[in-house]
Amino acid sequence: MSRANLLVTGLCAALLAVAPLFLNAYQVDVLNSIGLYALLALGLNLILGEAGLFNMGHAAFYAMGAYTTAILNTRYQIPVLWTLPLSAAVAGAFALAVARPVVHLRGDYLLIVTIGVGEIVRIALVNDVFGITGGANGIFGISRPTLFGVVIRQPQQFFYLIWGFVALTIFLFLRLKRSRFGRALNYLREDETAAEGSGINTDYYKLAAFGLGAAWAGMAGTLFAAKMTIISPESFSFWESVVLFMIVILGGAGSIPGVLLAAFLVIGLPELFREFASARMLVFGLVMMVMMVFRPQGLWPSRGGQVSLALLGKALKR
Amino acid sequence: MNKAAVAADHVASPLLSLHAVTKSFGGLTAVNGVSFTVEEGSVVGLIGPNGAGKTTVFNLITGNYQPNQGDIHFTGQRVNGLRTHRIIMLGIARTFQNIRLFQQLTLLENVLAGCHYRMRGGIFAGMLWLPAQRRVEQEAIERATRELAFVGLGQQTLAVAKNLSYGNQRRLEIARALATQPRLLILDEPAGGMNEQETEALIGLIEQIRARGITILLIEHDMRLVMRACEKLVVLEHGSKIAEDSPERVRCDPRVIEAYLGAEDEV
Repeated sequence: MSRANLLVTGLCAALLAVAPLFLNAYQVDVLNSIGLYALLALGLNLILGEAGLFNMGHAAFYAMGAYTTAILNTRYQIPVLWTLPLSAAVAGAFALAVARPVVHLRGDYLLIVTIGVGEIVRIALVNDVFGITGGANGIFGISRPTLFGVVIRQPQQFFYLIWGFVALTIFLFLRLKRSRFGRALNYLREDETAAEGSGINTDYYKLAAFGLGAAWAGMAGTLFAAKMTIISPESFSFWESVVLFMIVILGGAGSIPGVLLAAFLVIGLPELFREFASARMLVFGLVMMVMMVFRPQGLWPSRGGQVSLALLGKALKR
Repeated sequence: MNKAAVAADHVASPLLSLHAVTKSFGGLTAVNGVSFTVEEGSVVGLIGPNGAGKTTVFNLITGNYQPNQGDIHFTGQRVNGLRTHRIIMLGIARTFQNIRLFQQLTLLENVLAGCHYRMRGGIFAGMLWLPAQRRVEQEAIERATRELAFVGLGQQTLAVAKNLSYGNQRRLEIARALATQPRLLILDEPAGGMNEQETEALIGLIEQIRARGITILLIEHDMRLVMRACEKLVVLEHGSKIAEDSPERVRCDPRVIEAYLGAEDEV
């Protein structure tokens, strides 16, 4: 990262870190929503942005995580944050199971399948599948998370929990992006035949992208369940998947800063313009259309950098 | 040259052998009972008129297609039925007739794709960027930059692949293939779209690759290149092999002249 970049990033992070001190509870809650969507979109970005696999059913993995936490917490009194790895595992395993038979599909075909998966999960939840999801009413009475002995209940406290997790995600994903694994996903997106022909097990990496992206959605689901204490199927509708898809494409597929920026715009702006009531969605839709016509690569396109330049410098010196 | 010595060690079994390989698409038999061998250390040309089934043969060797009948052996091991990346890992690398690069990525990233399967490290190693992973990455970057320099693209490591000239894109594909450290390199029309100078340089590059002990099998329409670079030619027509011999003999073979050279040799 260049010095100017580092400065701007640091400034934004610092500004965000102190924001809860100046904002009211409602505004902080909006930031929390943005944080959750950012987490979800960063996970989807691995699948859609990095690997180029059209997934419009991401809300299904989100739901898996949220319901895993809700069920384990309300039935077995397992502390909410302890369910974090379990949510990741359940959502990840579910993604692997549903992606395995369809992983050879590309583009629009995969898109339709994932829409189907998203709907099946939602409808299964509404129909109280296995008698454990609470049907259309969902599950209530999820307990508050405790971190280092502090019970997290205020929006300000959730802000630091959620955004702390976002920061950790960014840190890990930036490293992943320039690693062997991250590059393999890009090869898939650019040309699957060439990737396989260069010795890359394309099926494995497609599944890994789905599994990892879904695991992250699962953990976002845990945080969501903790924040809401009540979850119901309507939180995981097709529209959620569409919004997440939009955030990734609008921000710039494969670009972590782009995805973050788009999460702020797509989730934050409609809240900012609440007084315009229904007109805001109209404007929002128009902005989307204009964006895609004039800037199809996204607001902040990925600039590559999939290789550590420090290591390259060393290699060239030898 | 030590090619003869290398080849002598493997007289018993050729590096690559096709035995009565047949592939049909619906009613069309694209490859019909084709058998031939590629000896270790040699440069073999696969030639024939358009639509003779040459690229199909390549796709059968690298597992992009599965033969309906017949077997393909590489270093004595049967490879038909294996998935493409498994075949690449056994030591066959290829380039594509209509250039398949990772267009939006840099030259370095393109060549690193070839290094991929010999590297270690998955999701967690990547996320945590541990010293072991850094070392693996360093080694791969060094190998990739060496291969880029080898094909003459060492000055453009961080350029984006799509911005390269046609000839250089073909060279980049060769660098990516070489990065897999193959024993057999399969080139599908490497001189396609190249001008005379570029073709001349390509012949030099093929010589250099061969000097590294890598066996080459290539499809090419440029007869000067084929006659100069190859020591054996396999000629296909309508999916069947009509000749397998040295370039000098193939050039005089009446069947080949009738099928191919007679119609096209207007130079």
